[in-house]
Amino acid sequence: MIPIYTRRRMINALHLTFSILAMIFGLFWLFWILLVLIGKGLDGISVALFTEMTPAPGNTGGLLNAIIGSLMMVILATLIGTPVGILAGTYLAEFGQHGWLASVTRFINDILLSAPSIVIGLFVYTVYVARVGHFSGWAGALALSMIVIPVVVRTTEDMLRLIPDSLREAAAALGAPPWKVVTLVTWRASEVGILTGVLLAIARISGETAPLLFTALNNQFWTMDMNQPMANLPVVIFQFAMSPYESWQELAWAGALLITLSVLGLNIIARFFLRKNKLST
Amino acid sequence: MPKIISTAKLKRQQLLDQLFQKTTWFFTVIVLVLLAVLVGSLVVGSLPTIKAFGFGFLISSEWNPVTEQFGALVPIVGTLVTAIIALSIGIPVSFGIALFLTELSPPWLRRPLGTAIELLAGIPSIIYGMWGLFVFAPFFANTAQPWLQNTLGDLPGIGFLFEGAFMGIGMLAAGIILAIMVIPFIAAVMRDVFEIVPSMLKESAYAFGATTWEVIWNVVLPYTKSGVIGGIMLGLGRALGETMAITFVIGNAHQLHASLFMPGNSIASALANEFTEADGELYTSALIELGLILFFITFVVLACSKLLLLQLKKREGATT
Repeated sequence: MIPIYTRRRMINALHLTFSILAMIFGLFWLFWILLVLIGKGLDGISVALFTEMTPAPGNTGGLLNAIIGSLMMVILATLIGTPVGILAGTYLAEFGQHGWLASVTRFINDILLSAPSIVIGLFVYTVYVARVGHFSGWAGALALSMIVIPVVVRTTEDMLRLIPDSLREAAAALGAPPWKVVTLVTWRASEVGILTGVLLAIARISGETAPLLFTALNNQFWTMDMNQPMANLPVVIFQFAMSPYESWQELAWAGALLITLSVLGLNIIARFFLRKNKLST
Repeated sequence: MPKIISTAKLKRQQLLDQLFQKTTWFFTVIVLVLLAVLVGSLVVGSLPTIKAFGFGFLISSEWNPVTEQFGALVPIVGTLVTAIIALSIGIPVSFGIALFLTELSPPWLRRPLGTAIELLAGIPSIIYGMWGLFVFAPFFANTAQPWLQNTLGDLPGIGFLFEGAFMGIGMLAAGIILAIMVIPFIAAVMRDVFEIVPSMLKESAYAFGATTWEVIWNVVLPYTKSGVIGGIMLGLGRALGETMAITFVIGNAHQLHASLFMPGNSIASALANEFTEADGELYTSALIELGLILFFITFVVLACSKLLLLQLKKREGATT
């Protein structure tokens, strides 16, 4: 029989070892995925990647139309989603603290925040694509903007809540009407935080594939017309990776590296700002 | 002489106030309406299948676009099974990571390690899918699957789970990749709730001579129970709705198998694969109803998670 103290210490050591192993387990996948991505993606990175169109099967080419399409849709979605998100977040933090509308919206917003993105694609398909009768870049941007809104609402509210009430009271005491207090004082004070939220939202939608599958679809050719089906990086990667052609698969890896680097880059920048913001308030 | 603000000027400010407040109110309502329209449009879209199959849609395993016979059982089972595999791997690992980050890690390592785990959450899901199909699946088929069959395959009761050929792709591979994807979400929530435990409570336990593990198990976990469950539910919500990673590795077969080595299908991957090619009103509508079912399941799970996390927050407010 092992004495109880030794046993307790052994149990402790066992669990703490497990904890360290769990940490290593988590990091292991991160490094494995990143290494594979860099190893396979770097081969495909070349000038042609940024200057040529997506090729026909078996040919060589680049991803220019997909990159441009992705950029256009992400920018448009950000332009649609950001104002809606900021204004709604402002209402939640500044005007609706006690009403039913704010608490219900907060709840719904959190649901939307983690709703399966493919369902959002399905939604835009039924209300827009099915009505208009064809896939389009507009539909893709709309679907992405529905992912931007909840992220921005959430961060805007959180950031505005960090602003001490004494700041608002000081402004009010100087005779500023509420709209001036919000736009000139609290928005200004939380500028960096709100921008961080927007950055995080952009990072999130840059890699989203599921909502674009039945909205923007894909287009093998160059187009700037948002009313047409539009090429975009995630869907092109999906299609090329699933294809049996080696040249397509190589392009898919290059695109995957491109997307991951930009998404992780945005995440790191956003985190950097967030930390700076927290330290200053 | 002090300048007196005219009533007209005051009136204008009040009007602007009203305008600004109403604008923010309006956009808040838009967020609400968005959800209502989302649910509404999915219900309308799935009306034809609801009329044609009724409740039987949920329990039929048939899926035949040619004869227009549709049932959701296979994708529903696939979604649940992969999510369960993901959680049974993900929960212990996330717990270990949170434990390491809050109690064991030297302070200077805490932030970089925490960020690294959070970056794992930032990798787009399509990357997990590609990596899963091209790198993980061959590795899985060559090493892990034979090993699993040799060791666990002979056990009575669960042996049937590990039957069949080693294809790499299939339900088990999909579940494992899902686990890697939900670990950062669950670990982040667990770490955050572990951090709110008052240090006085922990120090009291240490003062009685408790080991680190005993403090975690008997003090920290009971205190943060609802938060931990909330975090797990959040991860479950993610696992259920995940699309691209699953689509690459699950195999997309509308069949029910007892073995986890066999290919299956999940709701999200069925949608991703078939929706653009679906012709005929009934086929499209069946897929839309699948989406509705998925949304309903995740809605319930996320609502539970939200309520549990709120409960913890309230208690935190009450005790401090």
